[in-house]
Amino acid sequence: MTDAAIQISGLVKSYGGVRAVNELDLTIPRGEVFALLGPNGAGKSTTVEILEGFRGRDSGDVTVLGIDPVMATRSWREKVGIMLQSTSPRSFLSAREALEHASRLYTHPRGVDEMLEAVGLMEKAEDKPQELSGGQRRRLDVATALIGRPELVFLDEPTTGFDPEARRQFWKLVESIAADGTTVLLTTHYLDEADYLADRIGIIAAGELVALDTPEGLRNRATGARVSWREGATTRTEHTETPTAFLRDLLSHHDGEIDRLEVTHPSLEDVYLDLIGGGEQA
Amino acid sequence: MTTTAATNIAKPPSWWSMTADRTVVELKEFLRSREQMIFIFFFPMILLALFGAIFNSDDLYGTGVSFGQYFVAGMIASGMLNTGFQSLAISISIDRSEDVLKRIRATPLPPTAYFAGKILQVILVSIVQVALLLAMGVFMFDVALPTDSQHWVTFAWVFLLGLATSTAWGIATSSLLRNGKAASALLTPIVLALQFTSGVFFVFTELPTWLQNVAQIFPLKWLAQGMRAVFLPEEFAAAEAAGSWQLPMVAIMLTVWLVAGLLISVKTFRWLRVEDR
Repeated sequence: MTDAAIQISGLVKSYGGVRAVNELDLTIPRGEVFALLGPNGAGKSTTVEILEGFRGRDSGDVTVLGIDPVMATRSWREKVGIMLQSTSPRSFLSAREALEHASRLYTHPRGVDEMLEAVGLMEKAEDKPQELSGGQRRRLDVATALIGRPELVFLDEPTTGFDPEARRQFWKLVESIAADGTTVLLTTHYLDEADYLADRIGIIAAGELVALDTPEGLRNRATGARVSWREGATTRTEHTETPTAFLRDLLSHHDGEIDRLEVTHPSLEDVYLDLIGGGEQA
Repeated sequence: MTTTAATNIAKPPSWWSMTADRTVVELKEFLRSREQMIFIFFFPMILLALFGAIFNSDDLYGTGVSFGQYFVAGMIASGMLNTGFQSLAISISIDRSEDVLKRIRATPLPPTAYFAGKILQVILVSIVQVALLLAMGVFMFDVALPTDSQHWVTFAWVFLLGLATSTAWGIATSSLLRNGKAASALLTPIVLALQFTSGVFFVFTELPTWLQNVAQIFPLKWLAQGMRAVFLPEEFAAAEAAGSWQLPMVAIMLTVWLVAGLLISVKTFRWLRVEDR
C-alpha cells in the first residue's frame, strides 16, 4: 500500500481535438483534504470523473487507492464514496430507506441513524426526495457517499444550494470524517469553503494545474495591497507593493484626517482570480 | 464514526442478498409510482373491462369462443409487453438521464445484481398482473382455466419466454432512447400499433392478409397466440390463421426475438448519459 491515495502523472484527455486536461500531474496523500478549484470548463469535472472510474483517458498514469480506476473492482468501489454534482433524483424511497438500502451494499457501513444525524436529516428521515429542499437533497447525497465508510470520498460541489448554517454543519461533518483518516477530494466554487476545509488547494485552468499550495501559501502569494481614500468627491485607489511606504508618503502630503482611508490586502479570491486569468475582475 | 473490532470480521454482502435488496427497491419504486401503477399495471385490466364488455360477441366462427375470451388472452400478452418492455424502456432511460444509473455504478453493487433485481421485479409484477387478468377472464368472460398439466406447462414456457423477450427488449430500447422524458411518448404508439396488429384488439384473422404478414414478424402476435393456445378451447385452433396453435413457431419466434434483444442489450447498455461519455 502506497502513501498516496491518488497519483496522477501526465494525464491527458481531449474532446474533439480540444484538450480538457493537459499533462496533469498531482499526488494526494492519504488522509488529506484536497480542494480542486477552477472555473467551469477548466477540466475539473473531467479529472474527477477519470479518478472516479466513470471516464477513460487519452494518456497518462492514474492510480487511485492502488489501482487504475478504469479497472474499478467491487472491492475498490467499497472503499470509494462518490457524491455526484447532480442532486438526488426523483425516487419513491424515503431518505431513511435510501440510506438503508445503500448501506446493505457495504461490508462495514456506518449506521443509518448516525448518518441522518450527521447530515441533519433526522426530522426529514421519512420524507422522499421530492419533499426535500435542494439543500436537503444534497445532504442526503453526502450521507449516501459516506454510508459505506469509504477511505476516499469525492465531493463534487457539495454545498451548492446550502444556507450558511447548513454549510457550517457540512464543514463540521467533513472535518470529522477527515479526522477519521478519510481522504477527501473536494471540488467547489466557494473559496471560503476550500480555505476552511482543505489541507491543500489545487487550482486548475484550461486543463492545467496553475497552482498547488496550502490555503495559507496561496494567500501569501499576494504581496501587494490596495490603498484607497477620498479626495473631494472622488475615490482614489492605488495598487502598491509597499503599502507602508506608500502610506507614509500619503500621510506626509495630507494634513489632518484623510477621508475613508483604507488598506486592503488581497483575499484568497483575488489570488484565485489572478491565477485563472480573471484578475482584473477583482 | 470509528470502526469497531466486530465489523472487521464482517463478510461483504453476498450477490443473493444484494439482488434480493435491489428487488425490494425496484418493487417499492414501481408500486409507489402512480404512473407505473396506472399505465403499466392496471392499464390492461381497464382495457379488458372496457373493450371486453363493449365488443363482447357470443361466438367467433361458430367455435363457441366469445371475443371477450379471445381478448383475455391478448390482454395477458399485452400486459407482459407493458410490464417488461414498456416499463423498463421508460424507467431505465429516465434513470440514465437522471444519473440514477451513474449513482448505482458508483457503489459496489455488481451489474448482474442490478439487472437481476430489475428482472425479478418484472416477473413478480407480471405474475400478479396475469393472475388478476385471468381472474377477470374467469369471472367476466367465462374463460375456463385448463385442468390438465399439459396446458399449464405450455403456459409456463410461453409466459417465461415471452416475459424474457419483453424484458430484454425493454433494456435494449432504454439504451436506444436518448431522452428519458421522451421515452413514454415514443413507445406508446409502438405498443399500440403492435396491439392493433397482433390479434389483441381485433381477431388476427380479420386483418388484411398483408397486415397479417407484417404483424407476424413481431413477437406480440406469437405471444398472444401462445396464450390463446393455453386459455381457449382446442376447437378454436382451427380458426387460427394457420389452422393450428403453431406452438413450435411460437417458441422459435420468441427465442429469435429474445436472442436479438439480449444481444442489443449487452452491446448498447450504458450507465452514463450520452453527453457524459
